[in-house]
Amino acid sequence: MLFNLSLRYKLPIWGSLLIVVTALVLTTSLMAQAWDNLRRDTLKSAEDLGRTMARPLFTALLHDDVWRAYETVSLPLAANKESELAKSLLVLDADGNVYVSSDPELHPVLTDLDVLGSDYKELKQRLADGSDSAPVILDRSDIPHIFVALPIANDSIRLGTLIVAYDKELLWQRFSLLIERAVWITLLVLAVLLPINWYWGGRMVAPLRLVTRRLSRIGSGDLANLEPGLYPYRDEIGQLYVAYDQMAGELREKVALKQEVIKTERMAAVGRLTASIAHEINNPLGGMLNAISTLKRYGQPDPQTQKTIALLERGLSQIRETVAALLVEAKVKTRPLTRQDIEDVRVLVAPMANKTKAMVDWQIDLPESLALPSTLIRQVLINLAFNAIQAAGNGGKVNVKLGLESGAFRLCIENDGKLLSEEQRESLFEPFSRFSEHGHGLGLWICYQIVTQLDGEIGAETFEGLTRFCVSLPLEHEIATR
Amino acid sequence: MTPAFLHDQHAMLAEWKIYLESKLKRPVVFVQRDSYRETMDLIQKDALDFAWLCDYPYLVLGSEVRLLSVASYKGKPAYQSYLIVPSSDTQSKSIADLKGKVFAYADPHSNTGYVVPRYLLKKAGKDASTFFRRTFFTWSHHKAVQAVASGLAQGAAVDSYVWETLQRVNPALVAKTRVIWKSPEYGFPPIVAQHKVGSKDFAEFQTVLFNMHRDPAGRALLEKLNLDGFVGGSPRMYQEVVEMMRVLGDS
Repeated sequence: MLFNLSLRYKLPIWGSLLIVVTALVLTTSLMAQAWDNLRRDTLKSAEDLGRTMARPLFTALLHDDVWRAYETVSLPLAANKESELAKSLLVLDADGNVYVSSDPELHPVLTDLDVLGSDYKELKQRLADGSDSAPVILDRSDIPHIFVALPIANDSIRLGTLIVAYDKELLWQRFSLLIERAVWITLLVLAVLLPINWYWGGRMVAPLRLVTRRLSRIGSGDLANLEPGLYPYRDEIGQLYVAYDQMAGELREKVALKQEVIKTERMAAVGRLTASIAHEINNPLGGMLNAISTLKRYGQPDPQTQKTIALLERGLSQIRETVAALLVEAKVKTRPLTRQDIEDVRVLVAPMANKTKAMVDWQIDLPESLALPSTLIRQVLINLAFNAIQAAGNGGKVNVKLGLESGAFRLCIENDGKLLSEEQRESLFEPFSRFSEHGHGLGLWICYQIVTQLDGEIGAETFEGLTRFCVSLPLEHEIATR
Repeated sequence: MTPAFLHDQHAMLAEWKIYLESKLKRPVVFVQRDSYRETMDLIQKDALDFAWLCDYPYLVLGSEVRLLSVASYKGKPAYQSYLIVPSSDTQSKSIADLKGKVFAYADPHSNTGYVVPRYLLKKAGKDASTFFRRTFFTWSHHKAVQAVASGLAQGAAVDSYVWETLQRVNPALVAKTRVIWKSPEYGFPPIVAQHKVGSKDFAEFQTVLFNMHRDPAGRALLEKLNLDGFVGGSPRMYQEVVEMMRVLGDS
């Protein structure tokens, strides 16, 4: 169906149709005009010729000089063979018979007009009806000639009639030459205009096609902006591009937000579950450890039993450590963070860095003291620094940046080790991370719990071959000082 | 100069004028007229010294002119009248077949173009004024050939010398005509001197004409004129014409 075609074809097709119709209408009207002009020119030149020749012919008729009359009527035809074909001049005597003709074989001397054909008969009738002085013009579509008849008269004495006869066939031949030329010019114009139109249509529709394609891909999650500078103009298509970019941006934000919410909710659920399980374990655990302590102190167990008790105590202590790690409690009493705390962490981290031969670069831009819980910040800093040094690996590089940024404490640690995979990023802060190569996989979980409980934000990103963990904490946080 | 020969070959006439001037050592002026009557008038008014006339005007002028020379054509100073019809007319065999048709005469003072056809009809007992449906004068043999070739006239009588010369000059035109009858021979159109021309000038001009065929320039001109040369003539050569004029009552 034509109307369902792509605009890339529809636009040029309609354009071409308009061009062709315009060309046809113009050519046709010009041709009609040309035919009218040709006919009028023919009649005019016939009349002019007749008037010019009527005078010498009057003398020839007066002297009854057939030869001079013949020379006179053949004169305009002698020079030009083509016009000789196109017309003939005919002199009638006073009785209406042929006196002389430029083509005596066609119109022999003394012939009655009636025997020359029906159109001559018609002309004879018209001449008989017409007035004496005015030229008689016979130009009917059903006769093969155009006749212009003029009186050969002087001083109101009429000696005969001069007839200029044009063969319409030859008029048509001349006109068909005009038509042929017009057709070629029209074709030439079309040959130039149609490709331009095709090209123009393609150019007009290309940006529309692009935005249509991109819109149809939104469903499959492709929300990239259009390449800048693709369409620099401010017309409707330019506005459409801007609108598309805005819409894509908003959609991207929405998707990101949704993912963030899901992640946060999941983390919260995991947190609640972990906390309640930890509490449930903690209570009987405390009892069991107390019981073992009592047993060690007051009972006299044999060596075998002592061994078993020690085994139980070690196992329960491990459970308590793990549960304690799960139960991150931010509301512990602590002192404000000082520069010395950071220095302590540097000292703590240094041996590990030495071991893995990683270079750790510290950039610290902090005031002497900050209203942040020192214990927790130290915990976060240590966890993240250890992770980074491990990830950087042998000879790797780790940058640690600490500073204040628009009223918030900001901590960024980056390493040039193996980048995080998409899968890793998805469940980065979950407890017992299966991606943890060392330890129990609670390090990032603890960081996350601390930061979120302090109303801060923690996130990971990768760029330019670096993996970066950033923490930002609001400073107006109230510290429960010891 | 009269239409007794192809007097509209202007380039040839210009050459002939230069030739005559160099031989006669004096200026020569050619006076051309399209009808015999005009030339005859000029002779009678003493406006011309010499003229190339047709037999008939020569005889009409009588003692006002003296016969100077006659051209020799195809070996003798004689020519004929040819009766011609359009080549498309394949039926006509004699002048009798032209009854009721349109006929072109050359000049009212032409022997071959006017006297001969009328004499022919007279001898056949026909009235020349009613025999043809229509007649007209073309005022030269050349034009009479054109009239027949174009179909304007269905017959004409022309000078055999002009018709045959035209055959060389304009073969396409002559091919449209056909000769159906040839007359007996008559004396060739004469060159005459006005009676007041002195005998010295007369002899001088006569000598130049008689000797034309002896030098290359003269021969080249004669070639263009389609003539052998110029010879002396006598009034006796025109006896037949005188007889025809008598029969027609024109003298």
